[in-house]
Amino acid sequence: MRFIFKTNYAQDINIARHGGDRLWYSLLIILMLAMPLLIDDFYLGEISYVCILAIAGIGLMILSGYTGLASLGHAAFLGIGAYTHAFLLTNGIPFFASIPVVIIVSFMVGALIGIPILRLTGMYLAIATLALCFIAEHVFIKWEHFTGGNRGMPVPQPEIMGMSFYDSATFYYVCLAFLILSMFAAINILRSPTGRAFVAIRDSEIAAQSLGVNLGLYKALSFAISGAFTGLAGALLAHYIGYLAPDIFNIFLSLTLLLLIVVGGMGSLHGTVFGAIFVGYLPQLIAICRDYLPSSIGSQPGLEPMLFGLILVLFILYEPLGIYGRWVKIKLFFQLFPTYKKQTFKKQKVFTKSDRV
Amino acid sequence: MSLFEVKNITVSFGGVKALNDVSFTVDKGEIFTIIGPNGAGKSTLFNVISRIYEPSNGEIFFNGENISKIKPHNISSLGIARTFQNLELFENATVLQNMLLGRHIYKKTNILSEILFTNKTRQQEREHRLKIEEVIDFLDLQHYRDTLINGLPYGVRKNVELARALCTAPKLLLLDEPSSGLTNEETNDLGFWIKDIQSLLGITIIMIEHDMSFVNKVSDRILALNYGEILASGLPSEIKENADVKQAYMGE
Repeated sequence: MRFIFKTNYAQDINIARHGGDRLWYSLLIILMLAMPLLIDDFYLGEISYVCILAIAGIGLMILSGYTGLASLGHAAFLGIGAYTHAFLLTNGIPFFASIPVVIIVSFMVGALIGIPILRLTGMYLAIATLALCFIAEHVFIKWEHFTGGNRGMPVPQPEIMGMSFYDSATFYYVCLAFLILSMFAAINILRSPTGRAFVAIRDSEIAAQSLGVNLGLYKALSFAISGAFTGLAGALLAHYIGYLAPDIFNIFLSLTLLLLIVVGGMGSLHGTVFGAIFVGYLPQLIAICRDYLPSSIGSQPGLEPMLFGLILVLFILYEPLGIYGRWVKIKLFFQLFPTYKKQTFKKQKVFTKSDRV
Repeated sequence: MSLFEVKNITVSFGGVKALNDVSFTVDKGEIFTIIGPNGAGKSTLFNVISRIYEPSNGEIFFNGENISKIKPHNISSLGIARTFQNLELFENATVLQNMLLGRHIYKKTNILSEILFTNKTRQQEREHRLKIEEVIDFLDLQHYRDTLINGLPYGVRKNVELARALCTAPKLLLLDEPSSGLTNEETNDLGFWIKDIQSLLGITIIMIEHDMSFVNKVSDRILALNYGEILASGLPSEIKENADVKQAYMGE
């Protein structure tokens, strides 16, 4: 069991809470950097995909996990990011100039959409974001000059310092770098006043308002920031896919992102990575399982969405805090061994929920 | 001149008049208590002051400024803080984070400097923390800094809510039933704290309260409401003897 003796306010401000954090996360980063030496190209591509999903997950997590606003339309932001990026690259803009433009464009789109639809709450907000998803898909089909319509659009693979994106190690390092940068950006937002205002809106709008949080502004800001992260993920996704078609950015992609944050663990940034690993590898796992199942079950076409749905339901019922919640419990088990009690995490019944105005 | 003034406030929900032509003034440095049976319109009055409800008639003045058209999120930067009857804490955050939100109105950083977590942002966090530590010392919350709200007992939660309101460094504090759900001992402590908030911090307090012995002990003046109308107002000793108040509370 670790006891942290606090002697400085910086200990509550810093990202790493103690030396152990620093050690383990440094080791993790070294392991990730050494990955191309350890595994072959196919799996490297898979890890790049997990990194992209995790960036998109950070975006949705800020909106849903921290600000408490549901979105079923985040595939739209992935699409906006992907198409903007592909369009800019096609027109000869270099990669590192295109990425900031993508981030700004998706931020602006998020803010513009956020201001009207965030007047809605709960179910109605979910429906409005669902509509956003369908509208975006139609725009991608109809705006042929920009997106190539149903014919699709090839994504040019640029070179960075003489290294082509066709080389999976190069692409992997780019994705990893953006994931680490996004993670730091998200942590910084969450440990500063803006991030706290998001959490305040999630937990009690009325109290947040009475403490001076401008609800409309911060909700729109959350939507915009969320859009910016997801747009960035979209730009990287464009390279991963290589050829954009409108039907990639459909409702199932939105649902996959939602599954990612719920399974990973609502309200934790660790959860986005856990969720991304889960969502990224689940299709492979299902594909492998198909071979071992009786053919009447194994060759069913709808097996994948059904299992996704089933897993989502099971998580909501038995582990609402997702993989991260389970991780915390396992960690505590070893820290407190042998005195760990299951009741530690038992949800208390609380009768102080207020009369919402 | 009075610090705070409510002028002819009327609030209607459909045909029901929750408040009918209510006027009163509160002087600087006073502890002003509002009493009345359930449904008298006390909490409605607080919600009108914090601009959550729109009054159908009347005006509110604070420091001589008309605040009846100000946006609800701008009320706290004027120097009015409040607590809620049934606790509106941020339950999945720690005590420190809750209190840091009390410093939200003093935020000077923008989103870019926060993403980069510049020196200015770090400095601001430290300054907020220093202010918060003063409140923590004042209300004896040292043990709970890193505890999540949903793991705290009710009495401590009430205390944290008061602390969060104090973190905004208000001029006027609105307390909605601060002693409800507290033990006798906690109520006693609260009485001392309220007196200290008045005398040491110089904050004016408007309070809604049911516990009459507590009210008589801490209040400077009392206003009695019933069915949205003012029954009586005056010193605690006057209210105790007032026939209308007796009738509203105890019947004939």
